[in-house]
Amino acid sequence: MTRYVMVADLRRCVGCQTCTAACKEGNATPPGVQWRRVLDIERGTYPDVQRVFLPVGCQHCDDPPCMEVCPTTATRQRADGIVTIDETLCIGCSYCIMACPYDARSLTGAAAYAFGNEPIVSEAQRGTRPAGLATKCDFCAARIDAGVARGLVPGRDPAASPLCVNACISGALSFGDRDDAEGPVARLLAENRWFRLHEEEGTGPGFYYLWDREAP
Amino acid sequence: MSGTRGGRRQRQWDLRAAGNFIGGGSGAGLLLAAALEGITGGTFRLTLALGLLLIGAGLGLVWLEIGRPWRALNVFFHPRTSWMTREGIMALLLFPLGLAAVATGSAALAAAAALAGLAFLGCQAGILHAARAIPAWRKPELVALIVAGGLAEGTGLALVVAESARWPVLLALAAGAAREVAWRRYRVALGRDGRTAPALAAFTAGPARLARLGQVASLVLLAVGAALPPAFGPMGPVLAGVGGVLAFLGGAAIKAVLVTRAGYTGKLTLPAVPVRGGGGPARQAAAR
Ligand code: SF4
Ligand code: SF4
Repeated sequence: MTRYVMVADLRRCVGCQTCTAACKEGNATPPGVQWRRVLDIERGTYPDVQRVFLPVGCQHCDDPPCMEVCPTTATRQRADGIVTIDETLCIGCSYCIMACPYDARSLTGAAAYAFGNEPIVSEAQRGTRPAGLATKCDFCAARIDAGVARGLVPGRDPAASPLCVNACISGALSFGDRDDAEGPVARLLAENRWFRLHEEEGTGPGFYYLWDREAP
Repeated sequence: MSGTRGGRRQRQWDLRAAGNFIGGGSGAGLLLAAALEGITGGTFRLTLALGLLLIGAGLGLVWLEIGRPWRALNVFFHPRTSWMTREGIMALLLFPLGLAAVATGSAALAAAAALAGLAFLGCQAGILHAARAIPAWRKPELVALIVAGGLAEGTGLALVVAESARWPVLLALAAGAAREVAWRRYRVALGRDGRTAPALAAFTAGPARLARLGQVASLVLLAVGAALPPAFGPMGPVLAGVGGVLAFLGGAAIKAVLVTRAGYTGKLTLPAVPVRGGGGPARQAAAR
């Protein structure tokens, strides 16, 4: 079985938001919609304070609450774990937004370009995203599928990997098949300590964070 | 101490969505009152029609809120797990039954419509309970509050249109008392959970306090209205009617607060933190 997951090494992330920009540019998300974000979190009390940069987005949960509540079946889960939204079915009811514990979803507003009336290259290629629909990160599923069709390996070959992973300046983001024991993701998870967000929700997030110290 | 990212207030569901919970709840309560009127041999058509009107108005408000209203029929595609689909199916059931009951005057059809209405109300409670991002809506105690609240609002409103009798007042009083118990249990549950502090704050702010005052006043008026002997003339029914309207208004206002002001997402808490420059990157480079 293939289970695509993302790994973020919190020791490496410097909060530069290059992944954010790469996703925004490449996926032509509408103004106000951000699939990949990097939260800037402050820990501790002065003078013992630490900043943690936390890349977030859709966690492509094993048991996605968004899919459970979606009344139209627009939200689905592929066999490889990627959670998708069928734009032809979605009615924009926002129920999935109420169900996602990771704040990963948005509703598209009126169709608009990022910079005034002229589209940037990716917008010209993709067109503006339709208004009134749920939207979120899809792990660049189209790139992955196109890459796999050409015999490439997601997570190893940039042409078959998510844009945020390719763009990361510090190698903090990794992507791949968790079930491929020799793949980069499985090795990172085997050789480092990691946590996932909101484990208590039982959603089984497909997004792992590497770390090396218990929270004080 | 920080290290958490505080929740944010949901802004997608506004007063139109709240209107569905208000109309659906009170409509279901009216359907129940109408069914009981039918069973006891009274005329129930007006009560039933008002219930259907309120449920329809609530669904109409939601229709105005969704991003793609002309695709609304897709809502029926996921009955296996979605409470929103189930709510839609119950609406499909209750409207033909209710309209047939209004047209024919059949008490049996009215009772069937009331049962569908109760199921519809249960689905509305399920919708909120399944919203995993919002801790204040996840509380099991909210399910009881939504059901009891709907019945209190509807049976209260029924006093305005129902034939003058004592039992509808007692019914509204009982439903109001049940709502009061459910409300207190819900408040206690919110107080026990640190994640729901913003919701609790919304429920202690001015508008919610006023709504609660209305709910308590409605209970007093209903009790006095039920207790006054016939010698007091129309005083009893009038007080009960005012109490019933207050029961509806107070419940509606609390639902508006619940949906539009108390819907905060949970905090993001980091269970662990990174130590930069500790040799980690070198280890990972080797791992690649
Ligand atoms: S992170 Fe949110 S949107 Fe993504 S699969 Fe999980 S519940 Fe759904
Ligand atoms: S907004 Fe779209 S994807 Fe989300 S629950 Fe509604 S129909 Fe499903």
